[in-house]
Amino acid sequence: MSDLTPYRPLVGGTQPPYDAGIYGSTKLRAPKQALVQVPTSITEATGPQFSESRYPSVIDLTKVNGGEAQGQRIVVEGRVLDENGRPVPHTMIEIWQANSTGRYHHPGDQHDAPLDPYFQGAGRVFTDSEGRYRYTSIKPGAYPWRNHHNAWRPNHIHYSLFGPGFGTRVITQMYFEGDPLLKLDPIFHSIPDEAARNRLIADFDIDLTVPEWALGYRFDIVLRGRDATPFEDGNDHSHEGH
Amino acid sequence: MTLATPIATASQTIGPYWHLLPYKGWNDLTRFGATGDVITITGRIVDGAGDPVTDACVELWQPSPAADAHFDGFGRCASDAEGRFSFTTLRPGPVAGVHGAAGNVQQAPHVAITIMARGLMKALATRIYFEGDAGHDIDPVLNLIEDPARRATLIAKATGPAAYHLDMVLQGAGETVFFAI
Ligand SMILES: [Fe+3]
Repeated sequence: MSDLTPYRPLVGGTQPPYDAGIYGSTKLRAPKQALVQVPTSITEATGPQFSESRYPSVIDLTKVNGGEAQGQRIVVEGRVLDENGRPVPHTMIEIWQANSTGRYHHPGDQHDAPLDPYFQGAGRVFTDSEGRYRYTSIKPGAYPWRNHHNAWRPNHIHYSLFGPGFGTRVITQMYFEGDPLLKLDPIFHSIPDEAARNRLIADFDIDLTVPEWALGYRFDIVLRGRDATPFEDGNDHSHEGH
Repeated sequence: MTLATPIATASQTIGPYWHLLPYKGWNDLTRFGATGDVITITGRIVDGAGDPVTDACVELWQPSPAADAHFDGFGRCASDAEGRFSFTTLRPGPVAGVHGAAGNVQQAPHVAITIMARGLMKALATRIYFEGDAGHDIDPVLNLIEDPARRATLIAKATGPAAYHLDMVLQGAGETVFFAI
């Protein structure tokens, strides 16, 4: 029997709306109708689980065919936790990013910046038994996009996480401390709550920095949680405040 | 002593370049050797102007049949230049009802769908049910939707004995029902 404890409601202002007007592509894609709240059934409580044997790790994006990628080498380390502060062990994280010049190895990216044949644009890492993950990459460059005049995306690494259930799936982006483009970025600013926005910024960490080799950044991720103890009275508590 | 309560990390759009992730072949849920009642599910996604959504990441999760060594219940498909996606999977069976629902009736066979794309700041969650199933009238999730026209946005048409098709509309007339979880 699956644990059908409801997911805790998301904290107001900490998630972007669908209709984030400052980000032009939301205009024709954001639903107009209200979402229908579903109870947590087995469909929502469970979710895909990935094994490293079928989904092998790619934890170093800086080497391809014996060649070394150009740019500032970085190591990124962090933990995946749930909203109860418990580590999420053995969960898959997918990452993808532009190279050091701000170019994606993707046919849709027509930015006039050089491709790097030795940069692996995507990776996959699993958390350990304590929810910890770590990978090696290159600091991605900023790139222009056509959202508005002279629009540039801040340096960022895309993240995809699944967590334990269908309801914990999240796509996010990791940004870098001190990036001057952050204050101008509509995607970052679509999150109303300032503290929630700032939690997407990785901290430079001298203790993670590897001497003579790579800068260290720390980035923790929190997945949606459910109440620790299942309800036993048979009532639906999914709309209670927390 | 009070510990700060962690708050779920904010969602951001998947953007236009998620294809750097693996997905080829992932739309076939029999790819690890699962056998059984194989069905195909196809669909097409359009935006509020009726234009195809050509860069979506569509993911399918089904808890039934239960995951095993040959079937992990998960698929991923990129929408194509016409907004089309397709999955090959095993026909799902009914699954347990929902906590607290009257009589705890079974849910009719369905798969859960997640749509992510440029312009979507958060994933969209929906379901696909299958035309011709007798359980729709008492399905506890379909019954949350009063308007029959809206409910119909979740029910794929049978286009063959083992083939189903459902068009999805992100916005406007005929807008697909999307769920908050
Ligand atoms: Fe990007």
